[in-house]
Amino acid sequence: MTESDTDDNFRAFRVRPYLLTGGRTRAAVDLPLEALVRTTESGHASLANQSRERHQIVSLCASPQSVAEISAHLSIHLQVARVLVGDLVQEGLVATHVASTEKTTERPDLRLLEQVLDGLQSL
Amino acid sequence: MNASATPIPVKIVVAGGFAVGKSTFVSSISDIDPLTTEAAMTKASEEVDHLGDATGKTSTTVAMDFGRVALSQELVLYLFGTPGQDRFHFMWDELVRGAIGAVVLVDTGRLEACFPAVDYMERAGVPFVVAVNAFDGVLRHHPEDVREALDVPAHVPVLVTDARHRAAVRDTLVGLVRHAMTMATADA
Ligand SMILES: Nc1nc2c(ncn2[C@@H]2O[C@H](COP(=O)(O)OP(=O)(O)OP(=O)(O)O)[C@@H](O)[C@H]2O)c(=O)[nH]1
Ligand SMILES: [Mg+2]
Repeated sequence: MTESDTDDNFRAFRVRPYLLTGGRTRAAVDLPLEALVRTTESGHASLANQSRERHQIVSLCASPQSVAEISAHLSIHLQVARVLVGDLVQEGLVATHVASTEKTTERPDLRLLEQVLDGLQSL
Repeated sequence: MNASATPIPVKIVVAGGFAVGKSTFVSSISDIDPLTTEAAMTKASEEVDHLGDATGKTSTTVAMDFGRVALSQELVLYLFGTPGQDRFHFMWDELVRGAIGAVVLVDTGRLEACFPAVDYMERAGVPFVVAVNAFDGVLRHHPEDVREALDVPAHVPVLVTDARHRAAVRDTLVGLVRHAMTMATADA
C-alpha cells in the first residue's frame, strides 16, 4: 500500500459518517446521550416522506429512545445521530425531554435521587 | 403531545480498568441486551489523545456499551460502561455530564487499573463509589485495604459487588445513589 492510498482511506473514513448530515458535525440542539426522543404527531404523519435514516428515527421513537439507543440501533456514530435528531427536533417531528443546557449539566436533585432510589429498591 | 408519557432519563457511569467486568455489570441489570454506540474523537479531545498524528487527524472511535433499566413509569436509568484508558477521558467529560454518579469497578488482582478512573471522578467532583468485583466470589483483599491502596477519601464508599449477579449490582447502584444523596445534601 502506498502512502497516498493510506491517506485516501483515512479521509474516506473521516468523511463518510457525516455524509448523512451534509457534513455538519454539530447538532441544532443540545442532546445528552441519555436524552429521550419521542416521535410527535406530525412526526408520525411525516413518515412516508422521510429519507432512510430519518424514517428509521421517526419510527423507532414511537416509543421513547435515548440518543445513544438511536445511534446503536441505526449503527451510526453518536454525533451523527445527534445532528439528525437535532434537525428532527427543530422540524417538530420528534420531541425531547431534556431541552435546556443549564439543566443538563446539573446533577439530579434530591427529589429525583429519591425516586431513583425507590425505583432501584423495587427491582 | 402528551409530555408526561415520556419518562425522565437518568444515568450512571460504570468505569474501571480493562476487562474488570464493566460490560458484565451492565448486562446483569439491563432490561435490554446491552447496546453499543460509537463516538468519534472530537476536535477538542485530539489534544489529549496520543494516537492522533502530527496534523491532528485521528481515526479514533470509542465504543461504549450501555443498558437500560425501567425504574418506574416515569423514570429510566441508563448505565454506560466506559473504557478506562486515559486517552478516552474526552468521552468521560460527556458521560459524567448530568450523571447521578459513577461506579468504579475494581479487580483486586489489578488494583492499579482503576487509578485513572478514581482520579478522574475525584477531580471532576462526580459522586462515585468504588466497587470491588469479587471474581468468582473470591475477595482477595478487604475493602478497607483497597481503600488504603487506592487512597480513596474517607467519605467515598468502598463496596463489594459481583458483576454477574443482578441483586449485587442493584445493591451497588443503591449504594451509589445513597452516596449521591449525601453529597447533594452536603452541597445544598
Ligand atoms: N469469573 C468471573 N468472571 C467475570 C466476572 N466479571 C466478569 N467476568 C469475566 O471477565 C471478562 C471481562 O468481563 P467484561 O464484563 O467484558 O469486562 P469489561 O470491563 O467490560 O471489559 P472491557 O470492556 O474489555 O474493558 C469476561 O469474560 C467476563 O465473563 C466475575 O465476577 N467472575
Ligand atoms: Mg466491556
